[in-house]
Amino acid sequence: MANKILAVLEQREGKLKKISFEVSKAASEIAEKLGGEVEAVVIGNEIEGVENVGGYGISKVTVYKNAELDKYSSSAYKDILAEHINNSGNDIIFFGNTAMGKDLAPRVAVKVNAGIAMDCTALEIEGGEIIATRPVYAGKALIDVKLTSEKKIFTLRPNVFNPGEPSDAKAEIEVKEVANPNLSERVVELKKSEGKLDVAEASIIVSGGRGMKGPEHFHLVEELADLLGAAVGASRAVVDAGWRPHSEQVGQTGKTVSPNLYIALGISGAIQHLAGMRSSKYIVAVNKDPDAPIFQVADYGITGDVFEVVPAMIEEIKKLKES
Amino acid sequence: MKIAVCVSHVPDTATKVIIGSDGKSIDPSGVTYVVNPYDEFAIEEALKTKEQLGGEVVVISLGTDANKESIRKALAMGADSGVLLKDENQRDSFGVAKALAEEIKNQGAEIVFFGKQSVDYDNSITGQLTAELLGYNCVTVVVDLKIDGNKVIAEREIEGGREVVETSLPVVITAQKGLNEPRYASLKGIMAAKRKTIEEKEAAPAENYVEILRMKKPAPKQPGKILGSDASAVPELIRLLREEAKVI
Repeated sequence: MANKILAVLEQREGKLKKISFEVSKAASEIAEKLGGEVEAVVIGNEIEGVENVGGYGISKVTVYKNAELDKYSSSAYKDILAEHINNSGNDIIFFGNTAMGKDLAPRVAVKVNAGIAMDCTALEIEGGEIIATRPVYAGKALIDVKLTSEKKIFTLRPNVFNPGEPSDAKAEIEVKEVANPNLSERVVELKKSEGKLDVAEASIIVSGGRGMKGPEHFHLVEELADLLGAAVGASRAVVDAGWRPHSEQVGQTGKTVSPNLYIALGISGAIQHLAGMRSSKYIVAVNKDPDAPIFQVADYGITGDVFEVVPAMIEEIKKLKES
Repeated sequence: MKIAVCVSHVPDTATKVIIGSDGKSIDPSGVTYVVNPYDEFAIEEALKTKEQLGGEVVVISLGTDANKESIRKALAMGADSGVLLKDENQRDSFGVAKALAEEIKNQGAEIVFFGKQSVDYDNSITGQLTAELLGYNCVTVVVDLKIDGNKVIAEREIEGGREVVETSLPVVITAQKGLNEPRYASLKGIMAAKRKTIEEKEAAPAENYVEILRMKKPAPKQPGKILGSDASAVPELIRLLREEAKVI
């Protein structure tokens, strides 16, 4: 049976999110390896640049459109997707493991009776089946899983599936107007954190721990993050102490992250924290204690005082930017 | 108003994971099991909701006799009764959700709380699956909740902000850290919990869709370079980040 693969794209305020390209590329690679067709779907109102997913191997995108669908609605989105999947006969469906994907994918799974593997970090084919690798215990271990249901849903961890450079290909777009979406659950307001990047999406994270000695010193973490275009992260200790908001917490009871660069400042590296960030591509640690566990996962370490080293880092990067 | 809160019983977050002899799950020896940390926020919110609206709170957990410890903890915090859905076998989230949905229907609960995810398998889907099986509304990763009559206004955490979601009862809410400050069980609460009943029944059967083939440890990181012990190491660090790692 030929597989009919679907990539579910994501938009926020009319723009495709980066995860959409990652999901598109991963879905088209699976279609190539497994044999089958791949298409994409996106829900919203006016969305820019949808045709660009053609550059990541998607030949056709269905845009479900309604002014009310500009903001996310679990009820409307799940109904539209379930109907699309049933009509198109999609049997393998990919979502991003984002706030939207995590909310939506399981709802759709029930409606189309699909098995579901969340937060996948690798997809392989074994014996004509997709084997998904996913972290468990916040990354202290990984499991390889196979879905035994007829329809299968996978959500992909952001920032792990590298979409690479796009080709010039453009996708064919079919717009479908949605009449009377089911708005029994609807977002009535989007409250954005002022100009802040989120640790779950950032490609660079600068995190501070107890070694920062107090909330009044986090301006150093913020300044370094600003210079690098990075998100600010925090250890559980400083979140529990009320120095930083929980939305910044990295680790087992916070967010599990895989940025290109993770800079840990004054973080000793408790097992819960390491679990949440050890899959970062490069890790830098600055900590006075040379025996701190963070140095076991760091690529580059400085065993010095954050209050000397961090200002020097800020100066050095400023110099670099001016040169 | 009947309020349900679903709890899971999981290894403490300080657990060092060792892979068991089956090669598919962790070695449970020496592991301390606790109520799932996010479920504590769910329990607290269930109790606050009862204080506001009246009614009773039932705690539901699926697993083995060991789960009674987590049910007791919720009872000690103030929940009224407990149900243990017994199953010795491991289930996937779908299997868990099917049994929970069945029991929530039996209980007639119209407001249901979950933690936003269990810190063992980290799927973060059981609440949503259960809601959809029941045909209830659902808001996930909730950090602020208001229930007024039939109307529900919940704020959920998303990348770089919050969404304010409007919906109505019946509803499933999955709790994020920050929703509230879970209360400690008082001595009186702990004594009272001993007299509260935990009903035990076989969990409704369900088929698993997820087959775990193997569990493995992440590849160990190569030991990194210590570049120095003070600010003089910074230029070399920045050079390496630019030229070797190529990340800035």
